Amino acid sequence: MTILNQEQTKRICERVLALSKADECIVSVGGSREGNIRFARNAVSTAGLAENTAVTVQVAFGKRQGTASINEYDDKSLEKVVRRAEDLARLAPENPEFMPAVAKQAYKESATFSAKTAAIDPEFRAQAAAYAIEACRKNKLVAAGFFTDSTAFSTVANSNGVFGHQQQTGLDFTCTVRTEDGRGSGWVKRSALDASRFDAREAADVAIEKALRSVDAKAIEPGRYTVILEPAATSELIGFMMSGFDARQTDEGRSFLSKKGGASRLGDKLFDQQVNIWTDPWNPDVPVLPWDAQSLIARERVDIIKDGKVNALDYSQYWAKKKGVKPTATPGNLIMAGTNKSTAELIANTKKGILVTRTWYIRLVDPQSVLLTGLTRDGTFYIENGKIKYPIKNFRFNESPVTMLNNIEEIGKPVIIGGDEVAYQMAIPPMKVRDFNFTSLSDAV
Amino acid sequence: MERRTFLNVGSLAFGSLLVPVFGRAIAAEELLAPMAVTAKKALADVAMNAATKAGASYCDVRIGRYLNQYIITRDLNVENVTNTESAGVGVRVICNGAYGFAATSDMSADGIAGAARQAVAIAKANARLQSEPVQLAPVKGAGEVAWATPVVKDWRAVPIKDKAELLIAANKAGMDAGANFMQSMLFQVNQQKYFASTDGSYIDQDLQRLWAPLSATAVDKASGKFRSRSGLSTPVGMGYEYLDARAQDKIKAAGGVATLYTKSYDIVEDARAAGRDAKRKLTAKSVAPGKYDLMLSPEHLFLTIHESVGHPTELDRVLGYEANYAGTSFATLDKWQSKNFKYGSPLVNIVADKTTPGSLGNVGYDDEGVKCKRWDIIKDGILVNYQATRDQAHIIGEKESHGCSYADSWSNVQFQRMPNVSLQAGKKALSPDEMVKDIKKGIYIVGDGSFSIDQQRYNFQFGGQLFYEINNGKIGQMLEDVAYQSNTQDFWNACTAICDERDWRMGGSFFDGKGQPPQISIVSHGSSTARFNGINVINTARKIG
Repeated sequence: MTILNQEQTKRICERVLALSKADECIVSVGGSREGNIRFARNAVSTAGLAENTAVTVQVAFGKRQGTASINEYDDKSLEKVVRRAEDLARLAPENPEFMPAVAKQAYKESATFSAKTAAIDPEFRAQAAAYAIEACRKNKLVAAGFFTDSTAFSTVANSNGVFGHQQQTGLDFTCTVRTEDGRGSGWVKRSALDASRFDAREAADVAIEKALRSVDAKAIEPGRYTVILEPAATSELIGFMMSGFDARQTDEGRSFLSKKGGASRLGDKLFDQQVNIWTDPWNPDVPVLPWDAQSLIARERVDIIKDGKVNALDYSQYWAKKKGVKPTATPGNLIMAGTNKSTAELIANTKKGILVTRTWYIRLVDPQSVLLTGLTRDGTFYIENGKIKYPIKNFRFNESPVTMLNNIEEIGKPVIIGGDEVAYQMAIPPMKVRDFNFTSLSDAV
Repeated sequence: MERRTFLNVGSLAFGSLLVPVFGRAIAAEELLAPMAVTAKKALADVAMNAATKAGASYCDVRIGRYLNQYIITRDLNVENVTNTESAGVGVRVICNGAYGFAATSDMSADGIAGAARQAVAIAKANARLQSEPVQLAPVKGAGEVAWATPVVKDWRAVPIKDKAELLIAANKAGMDAGANFMQSMLFQVNQQKYFASTDGSYIDQDLQRLWAPLSATAVDKASGKFRSRSGLSTPVGMGYEYLDARAQDKIKAAGGVATLYTKSYDIVEDARAAGRDAKRKLTAKSVAPGKYDLMLSPEHLFLTIHESVGHPTELDRVLGYEANYAGTSFATLDKWQSKNFKYGSPLVNIVADKTTPGSLGNVGYDDEGVKCKRWDIIKDGILVNYQATRDQAHIIGEKESHGCSYADSWSNVQFQRMPNVSLQAGKKALSPDEMVKDIKKGIYIVGDGSFSIDQQRYNFQFGGQLFYEINNGKIGQMLEDVAYQSNTQDFWNACTAICDERDWRMGGSFFDGKGQPPQISIVSHGSSTARFNGINVINTARKIG
């Protein structure tokens, strides 16, 4: 019984809140069922199903706070977890920045559940792997990949009357296809909330085509190039940049959004006019829970970058109080405005440029300018007169997403892309960007 | 590679937890009571009997209880104190030549037997897609044995108040020395691991690890510039005694530019230095890009070793099992088979070793019940071996496993993870100060910074914490905006000097990520200060807006 319904979790929350003797109590009940299949060298290497649940109790006595969790729901266990949290709260030092539990919130439901995804079984997973493996065997290619799906529920409540319950589903598929001689490699990623929007055959074909086209890559000189960046190439760069939107960091002078003299760049036009990035828990493509799991503040639609201007910063409860503004929920998704143009159209409109399938091993080099380094991988091609001419060797880049979003020439149609190292669900368009800075060549295929 | 932060580890995917934890949070007083070995043996036997009855030809059982505590401080405040626990059983079987794995937190006999039967069912299903049967290198059953990290002071017995006060004292020292903001943390880990297998092993291990990272940030509001300096400690496989600083464990960096630490760490002293250094960085000279002779301190070089030698010599990557995630490796089997692949200059000797005292990878037995040992990876510059588990040993002609199996939780399947991989000290007497004398145009780098390498481990870029120019045999002023780029083979072949064993010490990582679903591992890398000639240095300063 991993997935509990609202009635069941409400009863658990009420029991916990009644048991608590602390000044305030916050309770969270969650559970998930996650299936996966992993394959490599054209064979399945592992497959599994993991189920997990937890009830987490956070209590406070004055400014002392304690947290404990347990994975059983009987009365005795609930009493135990409440007492453990209270014991820890008594041991913990006072936190001068402690903020009380939020007042009752209105959570407008978001469409985070798909019955079709929840019904995914081992056969479905095996079939997703089989499409790639069989097609690769036929084409003398080698497939490696991972398919994972999850069904989960999340319930939150506190002693001020907050209550929210919702179910979520999701799936991710990644596949790397390599030629047998190791001279070509292609990759694809697909993320979906609803399994009916996932086509394993289509996905595998993309990776296969990229692998076949990428053989015998030519070396071209590093330098600044016009690039067409597929969504997987920019999503992590943009995700990295968002950590600089914290209001406290900005006000304290520790963000790229801090300005000389102590002011922030809020309201400044820091990006190209075409750049519009917002968060919206109810977005039909990438819906997320309508609350922030840390603060329990209700999420809202927020324009983070509007027509190239920095439009909003994230305010924690503590910093909001200090600054006399409204605290904000941490975004769960990022949506970037695009057009109806396909990646192929962006290529067709390009005289000379480079197509980048994905970027890899991205790390922050300098937080002052959000300078990031990383590499291209699994499908980098030279474009001439609107056509892909030949594969090229991978590059290392040293580039800031701020600069990248200033140099946009053309934007395509957003696609759903799950985060890798950043935590957001995203809808990001392919982009044509001028002067993207490649600093060295990589021999990696 | 560190793909996820420590705080996210083990948090449930549904994201509803109120605090980031890596297990179930528990009260402090419960941390010290271990589960009886007899009870663990009985449970392991239940699983093995159920598995063999269901048709398994092999079964191993890992009963884990993972206890952790983390304390996070910012400036003069304690932001979070959390104790966590995670306990359960993982059962791995071979049936019909294929692996199966299942895990459960239900530690009743029925629950464990059920997991064993489920593992067998999964193995049978996987066998249909198997191209060749799993072949395990033989392991002689260890019988009933125990191993524990040698610990002088158990972190579980140190009051939270004392630990919090130490971190706050460090933050205060950093702020007094010039930092505008300080953060310090204490991560403490206890893994109670019981391994049993149908080979006849019943191995009980009690492991302890600790890490105390810090960061100092200085801000110049007038110019809008900010710079940070991280701590120069290393995560260790030791007890709380690591934080009882001893004078004999302190050494001076070349030219006295920093105080460095070996077997114990003075966090307050380092925080003070970090505050001072962060402020100095605000006015340091921006580096002129070009070719330099780099002098790399072990606090920095460990990460370069990790990325450019540790990962490429993992046999599962070489074979293609990580192709979809962390990537493959340039160090292919044909290069190893040639017996003359020049990975580095003849000075470069790199060993794998899970027996180094105080290291993160130091255990008695790996997660397949293989007794840990030491072996050569690169000898006199030549690639001579990889890192292998039981099912890989035959591929490289080995008769026994290297003992490189690890799982980050009872609930995850064990797989190949790197042991401690270390550069051996130079054979000729040479100190860091003597090394400087011979460098005309160089940069001395201390501490690890940003790091990135391609998916076959050729092209890399590293930053650092402290950079000093070297001019005509003398250490000069502090530099900033420094990163170096190279190709792994070019870099290691450019190694022209390594300080002797007096300078040898370890760095390490708590969060080395790999696998799908991803798992983290812990690993140390030792070295002495080493010199690399003619490496390309770039200037990372940028202007935006």
